[in-house]
Amino acid sequence: MRFQQIDQFAAELRADTRAAVYDGSKKGHEKRTKLLFDEYADPDRLRRIAGEVKQHVVENLDTYLPQVEAKLKANGVIVHWAATAEAANQAVLGIMRARGATKMVKAKTMVSEETELAHFLEKHGMEALETDLGEFIVQIDGDHPSHIVKPIIHKNRREIATSFEENGLGAYNDDPQTITRRARHFLRHKYLEADVGLTGANFVSAESGRLVLVTNEGNSRFCLAATKCHIAMVGIEKIVPRDYDLALFLNLLARSGTAQELTVYTEFISGPKSPTQPDGPEEMHVIFVDNGRTEVLASDCRDILRCIRCGACLNVCPVYRQASGHAYRSVYPGPVGAVLSPLMMGDKFPQKADLPKASSLCGACHEVCPVNIPIPDLLLRLRNRAKEENVPSPGTPPMGAWALLASQPTAWRASLFGGKIINYLPTKLLPIPALRAWEAKRSLPAWRGGEFRKWLKTRKGRADFSPPAPSRAEAKKAD
Amino acid sequence: MLNTERKPITGKRVQFMATCLCDAFYDDVAAATVQVLEYLGVEVVFPEGQTCCGQPAFNGGDWTASRKVVRHTVKTFAGEEPVVVPSGSCAAMMFHGTVLEFENEADLGEVEALGRRTWELGDFLVNGLGVKTWPGRFEATVAFHRSCHSRGTNSSSAASTLLGSVAGLKIVEFGEGEQCCGFGGTFSVSFPNISASMGALKLDHIRAAKPDVLVSGDMSCMMHLGGLAKEEGKPIKTLHLAQVLRDALKNGKLI
Repeated sequence: MRFQQIDQFAAELRADTRAAVYDGSKKGHEKRTKLLFDEYADPDRLRRIAGEVKQHVVENLDTYLPQVEAKLKANGVIVHWAATAEAANQAVLGIMRARGATKMVKAKTMVSEETELAHFLEKHGMEALETDLGEFIVQIDGDHPSHIVKPIIHKNRREIATSFEENGLGAYNDDPQTITRRARHFLRHKYLEADVGLTGANFVSAESGRLVLVTNEGNSRFCLAATKCHIAMVGIEKIVPRDYDLALFLNLLARSGTAQELTVYTEFISGPKSPTQPDGPEEMHVIFVDNGRTEVLASDCRDILRCIRCGACLNVCPVYRQASGHAYRSVYPGPVGAVLSPLMMGDKFPQKADLPKASSLCGACHEVCPVNIPIPDLLLRLRNRAKEENVPSPGTPPMGAWALLASQPTAWRASLFGGKIINYLPTKLLPIPALRAWEAKRSLPAWRGGEFRKWLKTRKGRADFSPPAPSRAEAKKAD
Repeated sequence: MLNTERKPITGKRVQFMATCLCDAFYDDVAAATVQVLEYLGVEVVFPEGQTCCGQPAFNGGDWTASRKVVRHTVKTFAGEEPVVVPSGSCAAMMFHGTVLEFENEADLGEVEALGRRTWELGDFLVNGLGVKTWPGRFEATVAFHRSCHSRGTNSSSAASTLLGSVAGLKIVEFGEGEQCCGFGGTFSVSFPNISASMGALKLDHIRAAKPDVLVSGDMSCMMHLGGLAKEEGKPIKTLHLAQVLRDALKNGKLI
C-alpha cells in the first residue's frame, strides 16, 4: 500500500533521532508556554497585534522597501537586490572578489540556507565557515539543518562527539561543555583569519534602517568585530515599520523561539564604521533576497510572509515531532515549511505539494504563532491547489463518489444501510484502501448505519434508548 | 480568526445535525443529544435529508466535491432555528471551513448564514441556553479530551463547566493536553504511521491519569483513540459528552 512520503520517512526514522526531535521540540514548547503565560496577562493579544503589524508590512512592501533602501543608503550601506538565490549568491561572490577576499565567517541565517551560499562559495574557491555551533556541526557533518532555530535538534551528543573526533577536533568526548569549548577554540582563530563576515537580519526597521540581529552565542558579534566587510542577506519580508515595533517583536521572538525573555545578544546595526560609530566593519552590504517571495505575496497564502522564523510551530507540531525536519525535504520544515516550501517552488509546486498534507490540521501551530498566521487555513488552500493542478496524492481517498452520495439523501440512506456489509466481510476483501489503512492500525467500530433514524421514528415521547452499540465482533457473532 | 459570535437564543426549537459518524456508527451519541436537549425543553427537529457537513473532502483538498455537499447541507438546514451538532469539528466546518472554500463563490452569504446559527452541543447548552450546572449523577473519574477543532471556540470551556458540575464526576488532567489525537480525517489513512504514533502518545498520557472513562465532544477523536486502544489489546472506555450528560440524568432518575 502506498502512503505519503513524509509518513514513510517517519516510519523509517531511527528511534534515537525521533526521541531527540520529540524531546527537543516538546521542551521548547513547554518552556515557551510557561514563560509567555507567566509574564503576560494576555499573550494572545500580543500575537494578534504583532500579526497585524507584519501583515501591514507584507501588504505594503512596495512602500517599505524603497523607504528602507533610502535609509540604509543614508546610513552608508550598499544595498543590493537579488531576485533569485543564484543572484544573491553571485552578489556575495562579487563583493568578495572585488575586495580580494577569500575567507568568510558566517552567522546563522536561513536565507543563506535557501540559497545554499556556503556550498556555492566553496565551489568558487572561497572558504565559508559556519560559526553558529549547530550550523558548524551540520557543516562538518555534510548534513542539513532540521529545525530553523535548532539546526541539530535531530542529533544527540554521542553523534556529535563522534563527528568531532572524525574531523580532528579531539578524541571522543560527549560532554557538551567539552564539545562547545573545542568548537570555540577552533573557531576563534578562524574569525581572525576571515576577510568577510556574513549575517542575516531578524528585523530591519524602515524608520531608521537599523538591522537587528538576535543570537545566543555571540558568534555574529565576532563575525562583525573581526572582519572589515559585513554582508547581510535579508529576505524582503523582514521589515518592521518603526524601531518602536521592535519592543513587541523582540519580546515575542525570544519567548516563542527559545523561551527566553531576551536572547543573550541583541545587536542593532546602523551601518558601517563612521565618525560617530568608530567600531565595526568599514564596509557594509545588505542584499535583499526575493527568491520566490513575491510569488508568495501574489498568492492567497501571503500571510505566511509574516513569519519571523521562531520555530514555535515546529516545536508544537505533533507531525514534526514524529517525522523530524528532514522529512520535509526543504530548508523550512514543520507547519511553516509545509506552507512556505511548496510556494517557494514556483512552477515546481507539484514536487512539494505533499507537504501541506502532512498535518492533522490540529491548529496548534496557529495557536502558538507569534504573528498569528492561520497556518491550517493556508495548508488547506494548498491542498485544494494541488487537487486543482491534478497532483497525485497517495493514500488520500478520492472524494467524487462520496460527494455524490452525500448530496443525494436517498442514496445516502441506502448506503447507511448497505454499509452494514463491513460488519460481516473481512475488510481486506473490500476494494477500499482507506478502510484497510484504517484497520492496519485501529479497529473499526460496528457499523450502525441508520439505527439513529430508526430510533427517532419508533420511540414514543421521551422513550429511553436501546442498549449501547455492540462491538464489531459481537455484531458478527449475533449474525 | 474563528468567528464564534452567535445570535442570542430566543426560541426553544433547534435543528439537529447528527453528523455522518453518528449516522453510521454512533447512534447512541445522536440519541443522547436529542435526550439532553429534550430534557431542557428544547424541541428537536431532525431534517431527514441530512448527510455530512462536507469536511472530509474539504480537508482532503477536494473543495469542488466539498462545496457540492455543503450546498446540499445549506438546503437541508434551511430556516432560522439554531442548528446543534454534537461535534466541535463539524461545527467548525460549518462556521469556518465553509467560509474558506466559498470565499469566491456567489452563495457565500447563505453558507455564512448557516455557519452563524450552527452550534457545537456543549457551546449551545452553556452559552446558548445559559445552562451552567448539570443535574443528576455520574460516578466516574473522567479524562476530557479537548478536540482540536474546538481550539479558539467556547466548546472546551463549556464542556468543562458542564462536566465539572455533575455530582460524582471527577475530572483528571493528563499530560500534553494541547496535543492532537492523530485522527485528522483523511490524514489518518494517508499518514497512518504518524497518525497512529500520535494516538499512542495521547493514550499513554491518558492511561497515566487512570480515568474510568475518556470523554470528548467529538466522536472522530474517540473513534481513533478507542480503535487504537482496542487494536493494542488494551481497550479504553470512551463516551461522548452528550452520553455523560444523558446518563447523569438517567442515574438521577430525571429522565
